[in-house]
Amino acid sequence: MATIYIDGNPYQVKDGDNLLSACLSLGFNLTYFCWHPALHSVGACRQCAIVRYRDENDTRGRIVMACMEQVADQARISLEAPEAKQFRAQNIESLMINHPHDCPVCDEGGECHLQDMTVMSGHNYRRYRFKKRTHLNQYLGPFLHHEMNRCIQCYRCVRFYNDYAEGKDFGVFAAHDDVYFGRFEPGVLENEFSGNLVEVCPTGVFTDKTLRKHYTRKWDLTNAPSICQQCGLGCNIIASERYGSLRRILSRYNGDVNGYFICDRGRFGYEYVNSERRIPHALKQEPAGNWQGLKKEIAIREIRDRIRAARKVIGIGSPRASLESNFLLRELVGADQFYAGIPEQEAKLIKEVLHILRHSGVRTPSLKETESYDAIFVLGEDVTNTAPMLALSLRQAAKNQPKEKARALKIADWNDAAIREVIQGQKGPLFIAAPSATRLDDAALATLQAHPDEIAKTGFAVAHQLDASAQGAELSASTEDFARRVAEALLAAKKPLVVAGTSLYSQAIIHAAANVAMALKKAGKDVGLFYTVPEVNSMGLMMMTDQYLEQAFHQVSSGEADMAIVVENDLYRRMPAHIVDAFFQKAKTVVVLDAIAHRTGERAHFVLPAGTFAEASGTVVNNEGRAQRFFQVYQPRNDIQSSWKWLQALAADDQLAVANLDEVISRLIACYPELEGIREAAPDARFRVGTQKIPREPHRYSGRTAMLAHIQVSEPKPPEDPDSPLSFTMEGYVGTPPAPLTPFFWSPGWNSVQAINKFQIEVGGPLHGGNPGKRLIEAAQQASMPYFTDVPPAVQQQADSWSIWPAYHIFGSDELSALSAPLQERMPASYLALSPADAKALQLQPGNSVEVNFHGQAIRFPIIIKPDLPGGYALVPKGWEATAGWIFPVQSTLKPVQA
Amino acid sequence: MDTPTQRILTDEMIAEIREMYKHFPVKRAACIEGLKLIQKHHKWVSDQAVRELAEVLEMSPDEIDSVATFYNLIFRKPVGRHVILICDSVSCWIMGYAEIADYLKKKLGIQFGETTADGRFTLIPICCLGTCDRAPAMFIDEDLHRDLTVEQIDAILERYP
Amino acid sequence: MEQPLTQHIPKDGGWLHLKDYEKVGGYQGLRKALKMTPKEVINLVKDAGLRGRGGAGFSTGLKWSLVPSPDQVPGPRYLVANGDEMEPGTFKDRLLLEGNPHQLIEGMIIGAYAIQAEFSYIFLRWGYQNAEKAILQAIQEAYEAGYLGKNILGSGFSHELSMHTSVGRYMCGEETALINALEGKRANPRAKPPFPVVSGFFGKPTVVNNIETLSNVPHILDKGVSWYKSLSKCEDGGTKLYGVSGKVKRPGLWELPLGTSFREILEEYAGGMRDGYQFKGALPGGGSTDFITAEHLDVAMDYNSVAKVGSRMGTGTIIVLDDRTCVVGMVLNLEHFFAQESCGWCTPCREGLPWTERLLQAIEEGQGRMEDLKIFDDLTRYMAPGHTFCALAPGAMEPLQSALKYFRADFERHIHEHRCPWK
Ligand SMILES: Cc1cc2nc3c(=O)[nH]c(=O)nc-3n(C[C@H](O)[C@H](O)[C@H](O)COP(=O)(O)O)c2cc1C
Ligand code: SF4
Ligand code: FES
Repeated sequence: MATIYIDGNPYQVKDGDNLLSACLSLGFNLTYFCWHPALHSVGACRQCAIVRYRDENDTRGRIVMACMEQVADQARISLEAPEAKQFRAQNIESLMINHPHDCPVCDEGGECHLQDMTVMSGHNYRRYRFKKRTHLNQYLGPFLHHEMNRCIQCYRCVRFYNDYAEGKDFGVFAAHDDVYFGRFEPGVLENEFSGNLVEVCPTGVFTDKTLRKHYTRKWDLTNAPSICQQCGLGCNIIASERYGSLRRILSRYNGDVNGYFICDRGRFGYEYVNSERRIPHALKQEPAGNWQGLKKEIAIREIRDRIRAARKVIGIGSPRASLESNFLLRELVGADQFYAGIPEQEAKLIKEVLHILRHSGVRTPSLKETESYDAIFVLGEDVTNTAPMLALSLRQAAKNQPKEKARALKIADWNDAAIREVIQGQKGPLFIAAPSATRLDDAALATLQAHPDEIAKTGFAVAHQLDASAQGAELSASTEDFARRVAEALLAAKKPLVVAGTSLYSQAIIHAAANVAMALKKAGKDVGLFYTVPEVNSMGLMMMTDQYLEQAFHQVSSGEADMAIVVENDLYRRMPAHIVDAFFQKAKTVVVLDAIAHRTGERAHFVLPAGTFAEASGTVVNNEGRAQRFFQVYQPRNDIQSSWKWLQALAADDQLAVANLDEVISRLIACYPELEGIREAAPDARFRVGTQKIPREPHRYSGRTAMLAHIQVSEPKPPEDPDSPLSFTMEGYVGTPPAPLTPFFWSPGWNSVQAINKFQIEVGGPLHGGNPGKRLIEAAQQASMPYFTDVPPAVQQQADSWSIWPAYHIFGSDELSALSAPLQERMPASYLALSPADAKALQLQPGNSVEVNFHGQAIRFPIIIKPDLPGGYALVPKGWEATAGWIFPVQSTLKPVQA
Repeated sequence: MDTPTQRILTDEMIAEIREMYKHFPVKRAACIEGLKLIQKHHKWVSDQAVRELAEVLEMSPDEIDSVATFYNLIFRKPVGRHVILICDSVSCWIMGYAEIADYLKKKLGIQFGETTADGRFTLIPICCLGTCDRAPAMFIDEDLHRDLTVEQIDAILERYP
Repeated sequence: MEQPLTQHIPKDGGWLHLKDYEKVGGYQGLRKALKMTPKEVINLVKDAGLRGRGGAGFSTGLKWSLVPSPDQVPGPRYLVANGDEMEPGTFKDRLLLEGNPHQLIEGMIIGAYAIQAEFSYIFLRWGYQNAEKAILQAIQEAYEAGYLGKNILGSGFSHELSMHTSVGRYMCGEETALINALEGKRANPRAKPPFPVVSGFFGKPTVVNNIETLSNVPHILDKGVSWYKSLSKCEDGGTKLYGVSGKVKRPGLWELPLGTSFREILEEYAGGMRDGYQFKGALPGGGSTDFITAEHLDVAMDYNSVAKVGSRMGTGTIIVLDDRTCVVGMVLNLEHFFAQESCGWCTPCREGLPWTERLLQAIEEGQGRMEDLKIFDDLTRYMAPGHTFCALAPGAMEPLQSALKYFRADFERHIHEHRCPWK
């Protein structure tokens, strides 16, 4: 700690920081543009000017940029000195020369950092009287709208997009007051994190195109703190509504999970909530093909009658449903009749991950913590597409070793440009082994493309090199070399990280990764082990049951059970169609609770409209074992409600029927003591600040009395929320609520997302009261399990039988987000990928098609040729219509079809 | 048309660029050299040329163009057979640059930044040519003309068919 | 009078080839240097009082001494000769580059030896074709003679030298922007600290020196400190290339003792004002220096003396303003240049200079207002040294602020008469 004097008063600040960040951490309002808490300082915008004095005798001082000055003990500065204030106002005046002043029609208006800083600087009168410079805008794809005239040239966009996310198809062009931020030519911005430009840009140059289509000002949105449902990482988000539709997603800072950013799937994939495929009311199908709508009460009564009449009712849960919804299903049907709605293969993998996290003795870091590791070995995962934000974190981690050089030159960590000049694109020890090239390969020191079994063997071999007592594996010469480099790099690192996951359905890969991590632990390393899992609550679900889908189906096919309740699950995406068909043929009554119409719902006898994350509250557990709460954003104007509320209504338990979320959680914990921690994911519904609830709407929310005026003039009573301390109104506590309950970031003078500084204990640090979420699993000090020994045998290629593996796509592989129109624009067409040699052997060219024989069904795929594939196996996109329900790997002939 | 678009970088040029980046710790450092080479052969740098150079240097066209558009002597638009660069900086200005420039514009019938209809001349103002003691001055292609007077201009232009 | 830098440059416009250069003592300095330790070389240059001729006048020996030694920071280190020379009104390095490339190369090898650099680059501005040809040939000659390459003159020291020709932009002259340009990037400047001597070309320790600076070095090594100091008329050592442009009788460039008086340069060497023209003021060291006026004619043209009269020595190339030239027009021309050449990185320069230019243009066209002068005062304060990211914009403010100081009446006349009185 250091003592610095600001306008004469002493303050304690952190050593090694820069003065801007220190001042903001202390709560001072100081203007800035180019500095960003995650991108750090470059000193370009000159907006953070302060006066710095040499010592206590220096009365004049000189103007410096706070962001470029190191905190030093006894430093004396002034924010209030007239020359500093004048400079800041003048700087805004300069920036405003070319700014179009189009706030009333600008998407950023009302949450614009430029507006905030302009007001804060005191500049208010325009002296410039000449023509403004204008630019043409570019088409940037379905996610972002471009409006270059608003640009204030802070360079944050290129610093995020090119430097931080390492995207290549964007840049700064031209010079002097002509500089232009965009693409070489109009076209889709390819980087998977492009949406963060919406928040990184301090003005309205890059705005959310999806929001534009149903535009609403920030102050008119109803918001809730939420959790992204689109992969297993559980990034924190703010979800916002107006007029009964979800309008946008912003990232919600969580210093342990996603930091300041989220991926484009999470940000732009929300449109399924507003989809025409939403089910608004209960439906009944009897006889088949004859659908009728049901009133809520009638649906409940009829289903209850069926339950009573049934021989046995089973419940099929889901990794995309909350703990509470899965739990109430279990309560309704009984523990023995409750099945995880995923196939055995996947269920066992996740169980295995849980087992390893508990017993390997190796700590699993949080997502954000992965950034602190200095050597990384990724086994089998194309993380950009299976756990996108992990890719962004690993990119930063890969720079840790090269950064050491800058530290040796005494360059401060915040001096971003200087650090990059020392690093000069040098790569740190990041190693990736995957079936094909991944989007992260450009950041890797070495990569290996190999058959999943070969990847597992490589992992075993690395572990063996680190500790001879771990089982080794025979490798080819080139793979052997890769394994040796990996082992050496991991051993040379201070904090090595091993990353694997479930995406290839390979237990051997998961075991190999655990072996590497355990061996590193034995070698005394501060090692981390990070597994990705498929869905938002995969981990939570598998903490609740050992029973899987095949067993559920067996119950029905064996005739033991005749009724099934399926919660938030499209079984046709889980298992081959003929198996699901057989289940439907046998089951007398199937009730499906889901938000979206799908094949499973089409075959059900009853369909109940479930809420998405936007219309429901609940708890989910991410890959790290962190329980996190998401809150209902708005009250839908139809029969949609959270699955667990439907299940409450179906249960014959009167006490349970009236339980609120907290009471449900209490009962859940009583059944699952290991989940005790989920109570701490957020304060309960009784929480108040004084006597006040926390409003979901900003205090400037407008039109409340007019919104429904065409139907009813008197203002309706706002809905109650029994499940949380959040109100569906603008009345309540205005200030900093507990972090898990923060529906939006706002602070006086700070209307933009930059207000986040005011919610953190210190800039870039944890939120007040700690970052949201509760880790449920902590590694033991010591491993309580031996090394795994299930080294796969050498890969045998059978003539004419190809093994087909899944390839993942950030846009398309996730079920729900793939229903959103903007994401659909980014989905590749279905394909089957082969290596050039294999394609040649099969006499196939790009554009030709092949037929895959999947359980007697011929499925056609256009061929693409991927030079990065080593050959011997094929890839198909996971989650596409054509591959729905596949259990990987699929063995099949590849039959060329005539065009 | 189904004839493939003509490549701008010939094999020899690519070999030359490869030779250049050997002198630097990283390939991309040869970006400016590559742009210069393209311009030497083609007088300007087209979008296609940017794409091809990007391939050779394993960069994106955006990265190349970011550099190309920064420098005023990389031409990203076609220029005439001869490029006139007339110094508009202070010493030449004092010594009567404006008259020369006006004369050139009138004679060629173009404004700054434009090319004559017959594609013969492009006229561009340029900052200080470092020959202030012999002002006003201008370049035509590789030739420096100094101590200019309006009277000489016609004869000078004659030399550039 | 000794003119070590220029006296052997052939008068026919050609350049001093290796053989002729050796005949007049060429590469003797290098031979001596290689027998000394790097540290001794640095100290010698420091003692000689050589100050950078690129404009800022920083002690060359001191700069070299700031490079961490190979045992402190191992790995490559670089020396770069700054031949960007795009400062308006500046044409001094041109002569050295075109006429005496070996002198530069020798200076560079000595400098490289002093900082133990294995590689060096000459960064040449665009448009110096003759210099480009001469340097390329001279490098070739030097390699063939064993002055460059492996194990130079049997000393064990090896050095590679190459040249990069720029594609425009005044910014490239700023040393950190130059390094970016050399790396094939946009020529934005870099933050200091870290200074290039610590983290420069590709993040390695790098010294950037002006062409004239480096051209002095062989002579210091060859003839020693006291000889070098005796060349000068002031406390700093050496001769200086002084140039004059504008409406004088004999515009030109001369190598004279450092500290020669402004009057002497103007009257004796440049022959005084052309007939019918009166001296009104001058920018003493290129476009980004403050005006001096008739009252300052006797100032000695050295770093400290010019600073004392409120301007800077800069590059030592004088641009003369005469009474028949409009000062508003002249400053407008300069600000147009600076606005165009701003790299666009920092706000004051990128936005403030075009505003300055437009205001001047308005005034020059008779559209000025009295409050514009207040805006100028604000803008010059806004773009003062230290306020911008690099020295370009503060440099650009120097002619403007001094014009307003000495010739405010001219500005006011434009405004009151709604026209340029000089047109
Ligand atoms: C905008 C700008 C342009 C410059 N242009 C040149 C130049 O063309 N040549 C030069 O030697 N120094 C130039 N300099 C100064 C260099 O940054 C640097 O100080 C100099 O090359 C150091 O050499 P010296 O120590 O030998 O003087 C310029 C500085 C600025 C801010
Ligand atoms: S003062 Fe700023 S914008 Fe101007 S050249 Fe320097 S860094 Fe670039
Ligand atoms: S925030 Fe400090 S210069 Fe931009």
